[in-house]
Amino acid sequence: MTGVAMTVNGKAVSGDVETRTLLVQFLRENLRLTGTHVGCDTSQCGACVVHVNGKAVKSCTMLAVQAEGAQVTTIEGLAKDGKLHPVQAAFKEHHGLQCGFCTPGMIMTAVDMIRRIPNLDETTIRQQLEGNLCRCTGYQNIVKAIDAAAKEMKGAHA
Amino acid sequence: MTAPIVGSGVKRKEDHRFITGQGRYTDDINRPGQAHAYFLRSPHAHAKIKSIDTAAALKAKGVVAIFTGKDIAADKLGGLICGWMVTSKDGSAMKNGAHPALALDTVRYVGDHVAIVIAETHAQARDASELVNVDYEELPVVTDPAKAQSQGAPQIHAEAPRNTIYQWEIGNKPETEAALKKAATVVKLNLTNNRLIPNAMEPRAAIGDYDDGTGGYTLYVTSQNPHVARLVMSAFIGIAPEHKLRVVAPDVGGGFGSKIFIYAEEVVCTWAAKKVNRPVKWAAERSESFLSDAHGRDHVTSAELALDADARILGFRVKTTANLGAYMSTFSSSVPTYLYGTLLSGQYNIPAIYCEVDAVYTNTAPVDAYRGAGRPEATFVVERIIEEAARQLKMDPVEFRRKNFVRTFPHQTPVIMNYDIGDYEASLAEALKMSDYEGFPARKAEAKSRGKLRGIGFSTYIEACGLAPSAAVGSLGAGVGLWESAEVRVTPTGGVEVFTGAHSHGQGHETTFAQIVAGRLGIPIENVEIIHGDTASVQFGMGTYGSRTSVGMTAISRALDKIEAKAKRIAAHVLEASAADIVFENGEFKVAGTDRKLAFHELALNAYTAHKFPTSEIEPGLKESVFHDPTNFTFPAGCHICEVEIDPDTGVTKIVSFVAVDDFGNVINPMIVEGQVHGGVAQGIGQALLEHGVYDTESGQLITGSYMDYTMPRADDLPSYKVGLTVTPCPSNPLGVKGCGEAGAIASPAAVMNAVTDAIGIKEFNMPATPLRVWQALHATRAAAE
Repeated sequence: MTGVAMTVNGKAVSGDVETRTLLVQFLRENLRLTGTHVGCDTSQCGACVVHVNGKAVKSCTMLAVQAEGAQVTTIEGLAKDGKLHPVQAAFKEHHGLQCGFCTPGMIMTAVDMIRRIPNLDETTIRQQLEGNLCRCTGYQNIVKAIDAAAKEMKGAHA
Repeated sequence: MTAPIVGSGVKRKEDHRFITGQGRYTDDINRPGQAHAYFLRSPHAHAKIKSIDTAAALKAKGVVAIFTGKDIAADKLGGLICGWMVTSKDGSAMKNGAHPALALDTVRYVGDHVAIVIAETHAQARDASELVNVDYEELPVVTDPAKAQSQGAPQIHAEAPRNTIYQWEIGNKPETEAALKKAATVVKLNLTNNRLIPNAMEPRAAIGDYDDGTGGYTLYVTSQNPHVARLVMSAFIGIAPEHKLRVVAPDVGGGFGSKIFIYAEEVVCTWAAKKVNRPVKWAAERSESFLSDAHGRDHVTSAELALDADARILGFRVKTTANLGAYMSTFSSSVPTYLYGTLLSGQYNIPAIYCEVDAVYTNTAPVDAYRGAGRPEATFVVERIIEEAARQLKMDPVEFRRKNFVRTFPHQTPVIMNYDIGDYEASLAEALKMSDYEGFPARKAEAKSRGKLRGIGFSTYIEACGLAPSAAVGSLGAGVGLWESAEVRVTPTGGVEVFTGAHSHGQGHETTFAQIVAGRLGIPIENVEIIHGDTASVQFGMGTYGSRTSVGMTAISRALDKIEAKAKRIAAHVLEASAADIVFENGEFKVAGTDRKLAFHELALNAYTAHKFPTSEIEPGLKESVFHDPTNFTFPAGCHICEVEIDPDTGVTKIVSFVAVDDFGNVINPMIVEGQVHGGVAQGIGQALLEHGVYDTESGQLITGSYMDYTMPRADDLPSYKVGLTVTPCPSNPLGVKGCGEAGAIASPAAVMNAVTDAIGIKEFNMPATPLRVWQALHATRAAAE
């Protein structure tokens, strides 16, 4: 077992893990932050996306010990002071979720996408979602939600 | 005045927990003291188990227990069942081999369950499983349904000679043969319907929990129908009496049929929880989902359509071989029979239909219902051959369809179904407009100028859902009734709790059901709570599949009728008026022609204080329940039009336009209905262009066993769909609603493949139209022409 310490959603956390423990297992099992999901075992589905030091990362593809000292944000840490992040609000407004299982990863990916790319269009959003699978929505309303959130956030910063 | 709540796109009540990471799926639940299970699975597609040596594994770190099929047999548990009896045309019962939860002496597909290893952690259980030494004697394998019945094919179950489970028929054979004989034209088409792997994003999971103090079991499980799971595990498998078994299906991350069935893992975890006297938790890795979730489709079909000289359909003959995999899954027998053959009349007047279906065992994962279940397979056969017939007659496919549409209702088909209502011309006309069909020749010519092949394809589909009138399905072999239950409890302060036997795993019931209640009672939607998925709180219910939520919604509507009737009687006493003078509108009980009234919450409090009415005549409280049995299926129908552009140099098919116009009757929430169409169409396009569950025919290994190999549709594979609605209200339920969950997956594969075959000019071309296969087909045609 190895000790690991990091900051998750603004709080200092630590725990003892096997070195092979994945970051997603540490979040779900040690910290009981179960909003981050595991949908596959080949780093394909993106249900486990969190932010590590501000960047979107598939937490099933990173060891917990690799996140030593990192700032991690999960879906549980996205809303601030009881106010939904614009991407969360847009997913609800545009019916961008059905069963909700892929949703945390989709939202974390979308937040990162909007941060990185200033002028998102439909084609770019679809390409940027390459690493996130959804089986319910056919993606159309996810794309719509991300587009709307991007526009809203741009307006807020203008 | 505000818009009525029923019919408006109310934002979903359930969304908040999902967008904030507070959903509660089975794998999010942890029970005190739980141990973790890992299932050791067969690496062989067909083998005898000569011995299992668990000694080394039992000594591994953290291991709590290991059980095999012998341990389950020693406890005299029953095997997994198939709950729908299908009878062969010779009158014999289907030939169903045993399906032990853990294999006894034979494994029959890669992924078959051999042992459960229980340890302190998942990693320890997985590690220890590698130390279990199983001595297998490999046997020959068959995976191809077309070869399963051959002389000399390996025998998979002793009970089923030539691997034939049943040879079923429907329709009228002599009439259909006569129609084919007198036809001016007979159109023939061979088709395969590719095997699909459902892939709900949440992998299956189960936690078995045993309470030694009460002798009761609790199973938390990814299920679309927890009560059915409890019934089967109690009555057939014999784990515990029903009243000692609670099944909880909490938030479930998609089902698409694959979570209807009662699987080995949940049975074994529940049973093992008592053996080790600790909760036992299992969550599938995606690789296990690929191997052991029930797959879908996998048909091989030949079809013949008889036409007279005036292009009218005279008859339709279909012969299908359906691959049901290595074991009969819970409802697998019904899918290629009563959910398939009964839909072969499509939207058309067809005087004579005859369909034969052979269901076969192969060394592959069991096949059962997957979104649409039988109806996509039927629609694919019908709509592909209708399009092909128009092409052979050199007729516009629209005109050919119009000539043969059913136009008067009710319409009795030759294959059981009685269509109650529809307007096929209306959805066709709307879809033609939305797709600019008139502009297609110009678009095709423009694409040609760029070296691209453009094609258009139609699918004017019908489906039967709202499963189903209980006596009807019982007469066809179903082991269950297909009614639905609802219980409406009004609280003393005027809130409403609705307990529904339906289960929501993405469909948005917490919103649509609440809309019905709020609209009916005139109360804010926030005052309504929808409770589902727990046998401890909900009276028996049949769950959600087969686009049957119309049944659950009707049950709620009828319970509200009873609530209103009782409330009026109470209001009459409180307001000192005759019950006949009480009217209920906008959430108020009023004495007609006066200003005396009671708000809904005031009435509720009166019902519970019971101070102002004679309790000898009217019981205190306000709670009603209903078991609603539908009187007919519902028949959603519509028209999907797909336009593709194919690059002959790369074989890549791009969907440039996809129009879906559907008639779902009255719509409770158009936002949610559109979402259901989007998702269904995406799965249908996935089947047509990308997805294919492939087994190696020699070894029986699943070649497409991960997301690296099985092509799930991604955002950039799919277009934006144009969705429209037409409405003929369903006459068989008071809400006028039809099912909408499966239509997209039912209609779209044929539309896409009609477009692809139109573009490449090849008559018989099977799904999926991957770039490689399209390119190969184009080059083979070119080579043959040269």
